[in-house]
Amino acid sequence: MTDHILEMRGITKTFPGVKALQDVSLEVERGEIHAICGENGAGKSTLMKVLSGVYPYGDYEGDIVYEGEHARFHSINDSEAKGIVIIHQELALVPYLSVSENIFLGNERRGRTGMIDWNRTNSEAAKLLARVGLHENPTTPVGLLGVGKQQLIEIAKALSKEVKLLILDEPTAALNDIDSQHLLGLLRQLKEHGITSIMISHKLNEIADIADRTTIIRDGRTIETIDMRDPSSTQERIIKGMVGRDLEHRYPERTPEIGDEVLRVEDWTVHHPTQIGRVVVDNASFSVRSGEVVGIAGLMGAGRTELAMSLFGHSYGRDITGRVFKYGQEIKTRSVAECIQNGIAYATEDRKTYGLNLIEDVKRNISAAGLHQLARRGWVNGNEELKVAEEYRGSLNIKTPHVLVPAGKLSGGNQQKVVLSKWIYTNPDVLILDEPTRGIDVGAKYEIYTIINRLVAEGKAVVVISSELPELLGICDRIYTLAFGRITGEVPVAEATQEKLMELMTKEKEQVR
Amino acid sequence: MSIVDSIKELFTTNLRQSGIYIAFVAIIAFFAWRTDFLSLGPQNLTNLILQYSYILILAIGMVIVIIAGHIDLSVGSVVGLVGGVSAVLVVRNGMPWWVGILAGLLVGAAVGAWQGFWVAFVGIPAFIVTLAGMLLFRGLAGLVLNNISLGPYGEPFTLIAQGFENGFLGGHGYDAFTLVVFALAVVAYAWSQWRARQSRLAYQQSVQPLPMLVLQVVVVGAVVMWFAWRLANDRGLPYVLVILAVLIIAYTMVTQRSVFGRHVYALGGNRTAAALSGVKVKWINFGVMLNMGVLAGVAGLVFSARSNAAQPGAGNMFELDAIAACFIGGAAVTGGVGTVPGAMVGGLIMAVMSNGMQLMGMETSPQQVVKGLVLLLAVAFDVWNKRRSGAVR
Repeated sequence: MTDHILEMRGITKTFPGVKALQDVSLEVERGEIHAICGENGAGKSTLMKVLSGVYPYGDYEGDIVYEGEHARFHSINDSEAKGIVIIHQELALVPYLSVSENIFLGNERRGRTGMIDWNRTNSEAAKLLARVGLHENPTTPVGLLGVGKQQLIEIAKALSKEVKLLILDEPTAALNDIDSQHLLGLLRQLKEHGITSIMISHKLNEIADIADRTTIIRDGRTIETIDMRDPSSTQERIIKGMVGRDLEHRYPERTPEIGDEVLRVEDWTVHHPTQIGRVVVDNASFSVRSGEVVGIAGLMGAGRTELAMSLFGHSYGRDITGRVFKYGQEIKTRSVAECIQNGIAYATEDRKTYGLNLIEDVKRNISAAGLHQLARRGWVNGNEELKVAEEYRGSLNIKTPHVLVPAGKLSGGNQQKVVLSKWIYTNPDVLILDEPTRGIDVGAKYEIYTIINRLVAEGKAVVVISSELPELLGICDRIYTLAFGRITGEVPVAEATQEKLMELMTKEKEQVR
Repeated sequence: MSIVDSIKELFTTNLRQSGIYIAFVAIIAFFAWRTDFLSLGPQNLTNLILQYSYILILAIGMVIVIIAGHIDLSVGSVVGLVGGVSAVLVVRNGMPWWVGILAGLLVGAAVGAWQGFWVAFVGIPAFIVTLAGMLLFRGLAGLVLNNISLGPYGEPFTLIAQGFENGFLGGHGYDAFTLVVFALAVVAYAWSQWRARQSRLAYQQSVQPLPMLVLQVVVVGAVVMWFAWRLANDRGLPYVLVILAVLIIAYTMVTQRSVFGRHVYALGGNRTAAALSGVKVKWINFGVMLNMGVLAGVAGLVFSARSNAAQPGAGNMFELDAIAACFIGGAAVTGGVGTVPGAMVGGLIMAVMSNGMQLMGMETSPQQVVKGLVLLLAVAFDVWNKRRSGAVR
């Protein structure tokens, strides 16, 4: 008889008009790392919100048995009191407060007078930081630390609450490989100390690496729970469960038809906007030809996004030098409007904060960058706009009942398609796509790759920035590697392997430091 | 979609938009009942227009400022300064009326450009810039007027706010011209609705059923013509109503249909995303503040004409009425949301309430209590409604 720390039975949760969860069951054994997999919108986050009391008891149907008792959580405080702590994808830390203040926020260590006992706070925080393997001063403001370290602080915060069941929603989505490895190692360590973890993730290799068992959810139903120790539990098996069909190829086929050079960047150098003298992009040169998909591989902090954003209308950095050529002619890229006119488009890595107006409808998001095409003498033709938006909804398969839905209500993959529509509508010759598939599910990824292939088939040039090497290897013709702001290599895809790229991506580290 | 479905949708899914109109009708009905229909009398309705027109003009500019994610606390002081400058020219120096108007508009534009410069190009939050402006322009108004009130302007300057078109086409105890103007407006409305429907059909979009459209036009037409009949039975067509109508129509078009308007919504909704989509964020911010200055100038001229004098304290607290009108009318504090018609209805709700409470003989203090609560409840309703429809993510 296995010891279940948690059993969720027959959970059904309805929102007006939608059944988000339908008779979902989940059994978690004590001391295991349990992964939950599913496409975006499958109901994973909703299930975790039911578990943690965000949706209070009575708001859903079904039973939660936790530690052998029927749990009736009315708020997140109830579930935390029982040792269930959820760490959301968007970290909930206050950037201006110190590490120790964040760890004990809402749970302050008080002295006899009721005032905060700072010595105790900081010394306990230091112990917790040691447990998660973070060597930082507890009085450092959290905003000065990177995302990877902030994630560890969240875990330290959970440990301070005597956590028994730790729930992590996409913990590594924003982390680079090294930070991810560190985090996964920490989870293993916590497991040895008897802490049970539930991890929601899209990264199948991580799941294969760390999870003991995996529950797959699709369209609000439990599909199956598979034991990862069983050798037949391959990534392909999980993908099949998630999408409900065999995904034979994760990357669509394409026969490259490469033409003339469209864009060439020479000696591009960018300085940090606030830290005077710090070089973020150092003498970078690259080019892309029509019909070609060029990848830019680099670890977090290598300057990938900084390169792209500084190129796109000097939207990042200061003291920018270097030259940009299109079809051999030098062009100016000092403003975003100039770039759009010159047929350059840039789809950002962070669609929610930089890419979309979430409160505005899909239609107006699609037309945002190409509005001049819909306007005569400053007046917008609303009917034509609707027609254009409907066309993109159809051709890019944006799943929404109509284009008047606020963009914020769409799932990640569909939001990404809206961003792509916006830029394709500006009729660019070069598209720079920064992490085009971050945080979106396998099925939508495949669709995004198909769209990229269609664009290059039309003779456009595409630059893809990505931290997922298999993705770059799957879709690119040529890959540049970026390390510490320098281009350290240029590899045709036929000669590229993950190992080779990774070696180039970490090159010259010692010299720069 | 049948008519019943359309009406149902009006009261359910579109509650956010239509809620404000329903509340407006309810408030009008309430005060009509409490004042034995005195509030709907010809004279009172005319006075209502004359009395609140300048708040509505300010609210037009203010809603655009709020959509862009800013706020303007200085408009009351600008009203005072504009009045002061025009009075010095027209009353003290005996210049013609149009010089006063031109100067007033120029002062408004200059104020707008000044504040726009600090907000857009220096990057100081509008709250701070206009808080400074509130003190600055109030002080300047006092300096210009030597701290005494200056008047009277005399005609024709005062006609802006007190003049009527009456008797142009005759009529027996009522002004036929007013009725003709309003009838033409209803026809234009019906025609534009029909045109919009036809062009939607040409683009193969869904349209409301024809009987629903007819019903809508008939209801709107009836209300408008009833209102016209009231005006025609009093002093005729107020000039200031014409100014107001032109501004409302023009700015509704600008916000909904122009590239400038769309860029305002875009930058209010997500400033960075707008900048990365090629919106010239600085210039749009500058334009929004400049426009607010000009409209504050218009409001200042209307208010001075109505008082027939310029006072150093004129326009005190107007900014709060204008801001309240926008928020009651559904604008969001965080920017990106709001409409000119919404702000107008919000302003009219405040106007009808103040006016109704005055007619009921209520004192100023309880009036303020009621107005404060209505503002709070209106925004609370909006928040509740958003949460209910799950728009917040």
